[in-house]
Amino acid sequence: MYVTLRDRPGEDASPSGQAVARRVSSTVVLLGVVSLLTDVSSEMVASIMPLYLTAVIGLSPAAYGFWDGIYQGVSAVVRIAGGYAADRRQRPKLVAIIGYGVSALSRIAMLPVQGFLAITAITTADRLGKGVRTAPRDALIAASSDPRTLGRSFGVHRALDTTGAALGPLVAFTLLWAVPGSYDSVFVVSFAFAIAGLAVLVLLVPNVRTATAAARVGLRRVGRELAGRTLRRPLIASGLLGVLTVGDGFIYLSLQDRDDFAALYFPLLYVGTNAVYLSLAVPFGRLADRVGRARVLVGGHAALLLGYLLAARPSGGLATTLAVLALLGMFYAATDGVLAALMSRLVPAEARGTGIAAAQTVVALSRFAASLGFGLLWAFMGRGSALLLVAALLAAAIPVAAWLLRGIPREVPA
Amino acid sequence: MSMRARVSLLTAILLTVALGAVGYVLYTRQAQAKTEAAAPKVPVREDLTALRGAPHLVFRNTALGNGYGEVAIVPLTAPDGPRALTGASCERVYATAAEAVCLTADRGIVTTYHARLLGPEWAPAPTRDLPLTGIPSRARLSRDGILVATTTFVFGDSYANPGQFSTRTVVSRTKGEVIGDIESFQLNVRGKAINAIDKNLWGVTFVDDDTFYATAASGKKTWLVRGSLSARTVTALREDAECPSLSPDGTRIAFKRHGNLPAGQWRLAVYDIATGRETLLAETRSVDDQAEWLDDRTVLYGLPRGDASSASSDIWQVPADGTGSPRPLVKDAWSPAVVR
Repeated sequence: MYVTLRDRPGEDASPSGQAVARRVSSTVVLLGVVSLLTDVSSEMVASIMPLYLTAVIGLSPAAYGFWDGIYQGVSAVVRIAGGYAADRRQRPKLVAIIGYGVSALSRIAMLPVQGFLAITAITTADRLGKGVRTAPRDALIAASSDPRTLGRSFGVHRALDTTGAALGPLVAFTLLWAVPGSYDSVFVVSFAFAIAGLAVLVLLVPNVRTATAAARVGLRRVGRELAGRTLRRPLIASGLLGVLTVGDGFIYLSLQDRDDFAALYFPLLYVGTNAVYLSLAVPFGRLADRVGRARVLVGGHAALLLGYLLAARPSGGLATTLAVLALLGMFYAATDGVLAALMSRLVPAEARGTGIAAAQTVVALSRFAASLGFGLLWAFMGRGSALLLVAALLAAAIPVAAWLLRGIPREVPA
Repeated sequence: MSMRARVSLLTAILLTVALGAVGYVLYTRQAQAKTEAAAPKVPVREDLTALRGAPHLVFRNTALGNGYGEVAIVPLTAPDGPRALTGASCERVYATAAEAVCLTADRGIVTTYHARLLGPEWAPAPTRDLPLTGIPSRARLSRDGILVATTTFVFGDSYANPGQFSTRTVVSRTKGEVIGDIESFQLNVRGKAINAIDKNLWGVTFVDDDTFYATAASGKKTWLVRGSLSARTVTALREDAECPSLSPDGTRIAFKRHGNLPAGQWRLAVYDIATGRETLLAETRSVDDQAEWLDDRTVLYGLPRGDASSASSDIWQVPADGTGSPRPLVKDAWSPAVVR
């Protein structure tokens, strides 16, 4: 990977830029740094939450789960609103600042707070912030990248982002080890990371305009884009694959059911997935630029299918567990940033935020439906059969998705 | 703003937040050390062996300073007097005349957990290691010390499904096999079997060497269940009851009930098994503990201190018939077990 800070941002679609195509824009790297710092901040808090709620607030396991579903929906709606606001004002940076700012403030609000409802409110504010900022940030990445290397740009961003997610829990548990029982220290340090991320965003990330057109986009225009022919097929494909993507939480539960290693190090399983994800995000992004983003996206789901099959086996062991974690990491590396890269080339620049947000919302909602549905399947059929059924459906859906996504231009660098 | 001004401003902000965060952590660390050093030494006694002969209370000592986290013993005749430290460190402890079980957490970057049987003499080396996964929550022995039950939190984290909790409750014979996670037992509610993935069981209290009571949960509901180890089933008796504890005479069950309180809060109640009558106890503060019976008239439970900065807690007592008012029994203590 060759990263340079020499590029000027905003070189969207510079057709003659041979040299530019080799590099990732400084804006993308800066946005990656912002995400890294913010993810350290949010994962620090997320990883100690179970301990904090049970040990300090005094919560039983059953009390925790009840708001899970509510905020998923809220976050999805806010996501589209964030994307639309960014498009409408043509100032994605401003909307992103609001999103990051809300999340940063929610950290420091943890300090004086007592009680479960207040914590729920603050956590929800944090998720709202995340919902608002995601689409404008991805629109900024798309606007400041060479369209031919979009996959790599998103790969670089997601790798930095995931590095932060992997570091967060380590920072938090090191702090708790150094200052036992001082959750306040975790919240203060988390706030410091969030402020640092926000400062980089405000001061260094250029205020890129996403559209050259002087006219503001209206709701009708954006709605027409979303319902239009170009977006219909990829959105349907995303939804189809999404409803067959059961959350990795279920996969981990399935692993710990039969492997003592997985059970003992349950909190570390997602660190393993993240490690694979962050090391493959850039290579897979580059691969997507070369062989086509749709192909890599579909290939990622093939990795997921393999993961299901391995996790469904009645007996497992260390090797199976590690293989499943690797496959899940590959799946995320091949889908998360690649989807954003794929979508951002299908929508005209002035509706890009909304377009990316729409795809991410379809994925989020369909995956949420998948988790609900899989919970029921698990109850009726048992773990192994439920996974096998989903695997069979996914095996049938992958060719359909590939057919829906065919003809999406392969942007091969000249 | 010029680029240079932006970079200088950014440097200033980064320095400020870094210094502020590091300063806060160091200050907290120092304050903790000071509190620990300034903590009044809890009075201790050395006659552990003599104490074990008479009815006594076993608990986790949470007095800051000497012996924090160690299991301690006081005679029932003088519970607020000096305590004898056993040398065993436990997050959760339970004991009968015949056996003691200790759940420990070895803290580190990756925390590991153990369940150890220590025997009646509080031997420094455990007599047996039992399987344990997750954060220790509850521990119980049958009265004769033949059965042991532990409850832990196994929890997950993921991109798509944040914060889902799950418990494991493992029952074992102290001198025999590990019977296993009772979550795999069939749960019957009003004659119907429930297999939901979010089914959880926790907080066991033993009746005899086959029958037990526990909490079952699915969705937002909890039930008091009666279970059989040989039949591998648990059957719901009533709704909204968590962490049951059987009275010494076997006629009543103390538990915490949620009712229509805000999430994460419970009231203590006592349930008469024969009549099905339920009595709310005089403790109005929220209790998250598996209660213990001091005798057939009094219920014990742990309560964290009011201020959030303190890691300490006290053991309280309240009459089991709903009268009277809560009174402290042992200060700086947690996880009570009465050994008769």
